[in-house]
Amino acid sequence: MPEPLIVARGLKKRFDDFEAVKGIDVEVQPGEVFGFLGPNGAGKSSTMRMIACVSPASEGTLRLFGMDPAVDGAKIRARIGVVPQLDTLDTELSVQENLWIYGRYFDLSRAECRRRATELLEFAQLTDRADSVVEHLSGGMKRRLSIARSLINEPELLLLDEPTTGLDPQARHVLWERLYRLKQQGVTQVLTTHYMDEAEQLCDRLVVMDQGLIVAEGSPRELIDQYSTREVLELRFGAGTNDQFGPQVVGIGDRFEVLPDRVLVYADDGEAALAEAHHRGLRPESALVRRSSLEDVFLLLTGRSLAD
Amino acid sequence: MQIATPGPLRVVSGHLVVFRRLWRLNLLSSFVQPMLYLLGLGVGVGALVDRNAGSTATLGGVSYVAFVAPGLMATTAMAVCAAESMWPVMGGLKWRRDYHGIAATPLDASDIVFGHMIWMAMRAGITGAAVATALAFVDDTRSWGLLPAVIVAMAVGIAFAMPIMAYSVGAEMDGGFPAIQRFVIIPLFLFGGAFYPLSQLPEVVQWFARAFPLWHGVVVARGFTTGDTDWAGVAGHLAYVLLWAAVGTVISIRRLAKRLYP
Ligand SMILES: Nc1ncnc2c1ncn2[C@@H]1O[C@H](COP(=O)(O)OP(=O)(O)O)[C@@H](O)[C@H]1O
Ligand SMILES: [Mg+2]
Repeated sequence: MPEPLIVARGLKKRFDDFEAVKGIDVEVQPGEVFGFLGPNGAGKSSTMRMIACVSPASEGTLRLFGMDPAVDGAKIRARIGVVPQLDTLDTELSVQENLWIYGRYFDLSRAECRRRATELLEFAQLTDRADSVVEHLSGGMKRRLSIARSLINEPELLLLDEPTTGLDPQARHVLWERLYRLKQQGVTQVLTTHYMDEAEQLCDRLVVMDQGLIVAEGSPRELIDQYSTREVLELRFGAGTNDQFGPQVVGIGDRFEVLPDRVLVYADDGEAALAEAHHRGLRPESALVRRSSLEDVFLLLTGRSLAD
Repeated sequence: MQIATPGPLRVVSGHLVVFRRLWRLNLLSSFVQPMLYLLGLGVGVGALVDRNAGSTATLGGVSYVAFVAPGLMATTAMAVCAAESMWPVMGGLKWRRDYHGIAATPLDASDIVFGHMIWMAMRAGITGAAVATALAFVDDTRSWGLLPAVIVAMAVGIAFAMPIMAYSVGAEMDGGFPAIQRFVIIPLFLFGGAFYPLSQLPEVVQWFARAFPLWHGVVVARGFTTGDTDWAGVAGHLAYVLLWAAVGTVISIRRLAKRLYP
């Protein structure tokens, strides 16, 4: 096995007396797409900022390319690309000016900045907006520009903090496709998300993070197999009555979960579970059988849903 | 092997890209304004002053226009660099957030701060040179002393830019900026020795003016343009001016590093 690109051991981040990251172990291999999945406040950004060498670790060890951020922060930053949770584009400048300036920070020659900017605009499908002022771009375009900009130094490792949060479905799919291309080119990616479908689509391997800790690790498939049943039956009863019906599904599947708006029954055969529910005389307003997702894994591990 | 470009210069090339968009507007305000003062005060008030017996002696043996001109170069540098170190610097951290973008590259807080200093010196130099060019057309103010006066204006510029930057990168809100303008920059403009000798003012005001770098710069620049240079004095005044820049720079780096790399 090759040397891991990132190794973290017992990594912690404290802000005054609040511990945002409470000791995590992570290894990321070259070429891998690795995800941090977790709700808001889980400590994903704090972790990403330590990995990006813009936030010193409070405790534990962290190595990127075998180097210590506390010693070689600038050297490491020269080899990575960062897409932060909040864009740091210069909104008063044009799309290509943003790329040029950023290339200059990495000490690329003016000619090289121009050459790469042209290429990256193509990659980000922004060629026809090259001279537009960033302020006037849509959210999806700004995000694509942020990604294009993070690639100006041809990084070996790309860090993406919630790359698609706030984008409409179409813009998200465009971004996913671009990230998949980068993966094919061999760029190692570490991303955070609170969308389980994004994690399932993009990540080879991921960790589920909650309240500063890693609660599970594996490929999306492994996690679902390990923590959930193959299928899930969703029963919606009238608003405010779901918790009354919870006890009546006991024993139908392996487990059940009562949410404010529905009851989830975990079973390998969802249709059979639905038949059994009908047999017991349950009459939900609607019923749906679907495959288990990472959302279910998260719900089981933390007792809370991922969305909020 | 190719030698890497020093970090601060990479930051400056970023400023240049932004400036390319804005220079017309900038030059307008930082050039036309001092020219208006020069015409209004230098020529208008100057006619009154120069007619008054004894006033030329008070001004050190020169006409009023020649007295005011170097002061205008220094006050313009002060005004431009002070303003450029308030909202634009806070915006780099809070609104545009481009300082955070830079912090994710191999550059760091000290590169941003030194880059800002070089850029402010350049801005002061550009406006100073523009004013100097205009002054070169007037008989009373044409002199080789205008060249070192531009350099003095650059020093005055960073002497205001850097301490204000130190404030801007530490402050949470922009509420302090108007106060700095009202209670420091504008009073110094009026009472900093640019338009009349400090000796005309009450003692307290004189001390206020002497405490800040502007008056020291005005005195040195005026020495150069009127051909009355006392080198020991020049060294002392300039050292004081640069001390302000140095202290501001050190505090800026410390505070900015804390904000960028929490
Ligand atoms: N600079 C900071 N100072 C104080 N607390 C912070 C800071 N950054 C993050 N936190 C806190 O740390 C926790 C984790 O935040 P974050 O890492 O941003 O989580 P996530 O990205 O998973 O939403 C939150 O409770 C947040 O309020
Ligand atoms: Mg976050």
